[in-house]
Amino acid sequence: MLSDKERTEIEEHSRHYPRKQAAVIEALKVVQSHRGYVSDENVKDIAEFLEMTPDEVDSVATFYNLIFRKPVGEHVILLCDSVSCWIMGYETIMDHLRAKLKIEPGQTTEDGKFTLLTIPCLGACDRAPAMMIDNDLHGNLTVQKIDEILKKYK
Amino acid sequence: MVKITIDGNVYEVDPKDNLLQTILSLGLDLPYFCWHPALGSVGSCRQCAVKKYSGEDDQKGRIVMACMEPVVDGMRISVNDPEVKDFRANIIELLMTNHPHDCPVCDEGGECHLQDVTLMSGHNYRQFDFNKRTHNNQYLGPFINHEMNRCIQCYRCVRFYREYAGGRDFNVFSSRNRVFFGRYEDGVLENEFSGNLAEVCPTGVFTDKTYKQHFTRKWDLTTAPSICHNCSLGCNIIAGERYGTIRRIASRYNGKVNGYFICDRGRFGYEYVNSDQRIREPLRRGQASGRLEPVDRETVFNYFKKIFDKKPRLLGIGSPKASLESNHALQMLVGKENFFAGVSAVEHQLTLKAIQILKEGPAEVPSLRETEKADTVLILGEDVTNTAPMLALSLRQASRQKPMELPIKMNVPTWHEMAVLELMQDERSPFFVLTPTETKLDDIATAVYRNAPDNIARLAHAVAHYIDSAAPEVENLSEEETELVKQIAENLLSSKQPLIVSGTSCLNESLLEAAANITRALKKRQKSPWIFLTVPEANSVGLALLDEKDLNQAIEKALSDSYDALIILENDLYRRIEEDKANKLFDAFEHVIVLHYLHNSTTDKANLVVPVGPFSESDGTLVNNEGRAQRFYQVFYPGDSVKESWRWLGQIITGHGLNGRSELSKLDDFIEALVRDFPELKAVKDLAPNADFRIAGQKIPRQSHRYSGRTSMNANVNVSEPKPPEDEDSPMSFTMEGYQGMPPSPFISRFWYPGWNSVQAVNKFQIEVGGALRGGDPGLRVFEPQTDSDAPYYTRIPEAFKPQKDQWFAIPVFHIFGSDELSIYTPGVAELAPKPYLLLNQKDAESFSGEKVNVLLDGKQIELTVKTSSSFPSGMVGIPFGLPEMKIFKFPNWVKISG
Repeated sequence: MLSDKERTEIEEHSRHYPRKQAAVIEALKVVQSHRGYVSDENVKDIAEFLEMTPDEVDSVATFYNLIFRKPVGEHVILLCDSVSCWIMGYETIMDHLRAKLKIEPGQTTEDGKFTLLTIPCLGACDRAPAMMIDNDLHGNLTVQKIDEILKKYK
Repeated sequence: MVKITIDGNVYEVDPKDNLLQTILSLGLDLPYFCWHPALGSVGSCRQCAVKKYSGEDDQKGRIVMACMEPVVDGMRISVNDPEVKDFRANIIELLMTNHPHDCPVCDEGGECHLQDVTLMSGHNYRQFDFNKRTHNNQYLGPFINHEMNRCIQCYRCVRFYREYAGGRDFNVFSSRNRVFFGRYEDGVLENEFSGNLAEVCPTGVFTDKTYKQHFTRKWDLTTAPSICHNCSLGCNIIAGERYGTIRRIASRYNGKVNGYFICDRGRFGYEYVNSDQRIREPLRRGQASGRLEPVDRETVFNYFKKIFDKKPRLLGIGSPKASLESNHALQMLVGKENFFAGVSAVEHQLTLKAIQILKEGPAEVPSLRETEKADTVLILGEDVTNTAPMLALSLRQASRQKPMELPIKMNVPTWHEMAVLELMQDERSPFFVLTPTETKLDDIATAVYRNAPDNIARLAHAVAHYIDSAAPEVENLSEEETELVKQIAENLLSSKQPLIVSGTSCLNESLLEAAANITRALKKRQKSPWIFLTVPEANSVGLALLDEKDLNQAIEKALSDSYDALIILENDLYRRIEEDKANKLFDAFEHVIVLHYLHNSTTDKANLVVPVGPFSESDGTLVNNEGRAQRFYQVFYPGDSVKESWRWLGQIITGHGLNGRSELSKLDDFIEALVRDFPELKAVKDLAPNADFRIAGQKIPRQSHRYSGRTSMNANVNVSEPKPPEDEDSPMSFTMEGYQGMPPSPFISRFWYPGWNSVQAVNKFQIEVGGALRGGDPGLRVFEPQTDSDAPYYTRIPEAFKPQKDQWFAIPVFHIFGSDELSIYTPGVAELAPKPYLLLNQKDAESFSGEKVNVLLDGKQIELTVKTSSSFPSGMVGIPFGLPEMKIFKFPNWVKISG
């Protein structure tokens, strides 16, 4: 079941379009912002609310890699593995994160704090290697910097 | 016409198609995946790349996708340029990186478009060293098997399912090389045309699950051109056999009838042929046991001899599921005055009415495929998805016809699917669905109107009156109804090609009359309307053309006159009339002889059962709902006991010197006799060459030249290869011997061409891709509408439907899976058939307390679960038609409910 708040927010978005189905991406974002991810049940709820089939909603949901269809940690780390960051040594950062958090990309730490994901480009090539945690961009990463940054999210 | 140069050769072509289609129409080979003539171009697979040169001096050229390229005068291209050949080989190599090498265990192997294109493009060795991506497969219901690992992301499935067939429970998920085609979650595919995925998919992602149960490679099937017997549209099919069982039904392209596709009832509803309920030898009721016991052929003839010794009077009952030839043979045996169509009075009257309307004109009668070209559609009463499924698919295409004007106006080619969809957005042709129950076409309807059949007829009559005030007037319509009448009439008047669809399933004659009146009114206003009427069964029209007398009259006659024997042809009377009436008929006879292929309630009453062949083991002709006679051919020889009904009857006729006619042994003799008695059916004789036809002195083989195991497949019975059965009824042989080239269109039993093993070979069989088959599409009309007629208006306007206090008006509700007598033998069809229920308006249902109610029907009490609908008309009940668990009731009828 969508919460009243979610419904209101989705309705607000759908008002901008001639047909409410156009707001499906926004609806997925709304649900994710409240719940951290979009569950199978949420897909059906959104479908019902926007008069779509779950197949239609999930087609959109699964296309976008920033719509999470499985539970994620409290904070999501998106580490860029694209070409500039690769040249600037993102692999060292990745190794450090894996060792520190004891998880592989795609996994969530045992305490549920962090999910580690890779992302092809954050548009921050000038600050490579870069990563994004939640909505914060972190550039010119070094192993030392990582420890400090992660502390902020504890 | 324009001139284009392909690899130095100049061709004169019509520029209406894209370059790929044009190249294929010229008979040249060019590999492709995502393009399909029925689905248009999207340019996503990059496989059909060609070189295009900008002018005479251009030596280098550039690579373009042929499917996305319009054909223009003076165009110079190359298909065989080395660079572009390399490009195509690269594309297929990329597509193959994730494709498993499982052809030997894949049902598509040997008739796989991906195999053909891989070979054609010249990709041989895998250089990709990494793992292949894998997927989990889904359960998609009893008909379609899912194997996603084989997917090459051509998107044809999702385009067919969603855009062409209107299904919404299927989609594409995820991105990049993880793209997944399937459902949100496991479950039965809801669309009635899902079986076409097996043919639309270029490889083995979606395959026929019923075929899998008894799989045989394409080249090992004995196949024959056939006609679907599961509704009145007469879609063309190819039936394939091995070891005496039908293994699968595939669509047989006919540019006039079904085009590329068939419905799921047609594709999967064949298993009654293989059923353990089949009658495979003559049966006679034992004097002592009272049970049917196997007897030999001679006993059958002796049984008849005994009857004939007394100079008997025989009563014959024909069947709308049996061929013209079989029905006519029975008619010859019993005499015209003693032959009756084996259908209820109401059904027969409606079929006769439909024929009368079609013949009288002035509306033209489109073919099934032509209905796609209508730009305004009015459906009166008929839930076509459930009564004539393929019509629903055609009408869905018609809903794109009007908005197609926009791309045409903007010079966007109509084959450019993505651009066309962008332009159309939600625009649809004016489309009106006037039915008692919800339909699967409501989603494309401009307006729907739910009401009792009489009220729909009244509204339709009012539309006719609005168009031409000389048509009879309808009084007391509500304001909303008057508004709808106006909307429908104005849309019909402003359309280029209006189409009125109706049919017999509402059992309401006024609906047919109203449909006729609208077309007549439109004609008065200088329009050229189309009318398309559906009838109950595969040969309802053929049977009605042979005889106007119905089953109710047969019972009267049987009870009033003295008859010696009753002969019933391929018919279960307990599915035609109420039980007590059928019992009365059987009780009046000492000898009941039934010709049938399945045990049923009617064979239970028989003293003698004659084993006859269903469509797979018979030749014959059917007349479809538009009056098109089409021939179906025997697929295999079932042994010496099972014969075509007409052949049994012919032997009895000649054996007793009854007809005083020439010989009756081969199919052609029966056609000759039929045309002699019914000169108006002359087309039946002309629709295909007769049995003497030969190509280069040879017959046309039912088996491919790769048919394997013929010398050993019966070795468990006899190590000597038996003499192959001979076919004296058609120019086809039952073996692989004969002319392996392209046969005349009525005899196409498989689409195969060198290099083209998949069904895509159909391109080679067409004059131009997507058009008529070479030599013309098979089938001929036995009647044409009189388009210059001045047929008068029907003047009987029905009274408005009035709900009554203590009784309910019962109408039949049809189901694609469940309402048909024979397709239900397929386990998957039975699985998808509804359980018995009673349909009620939501408000009406509130007056009953429980989930179940007792219904008093024809004096019998039955308990039914209530199903409600907010739009179903108040005061009426809907009862699912023909479910095996339910008896046949008299429809339409007033019934009482309690509970």
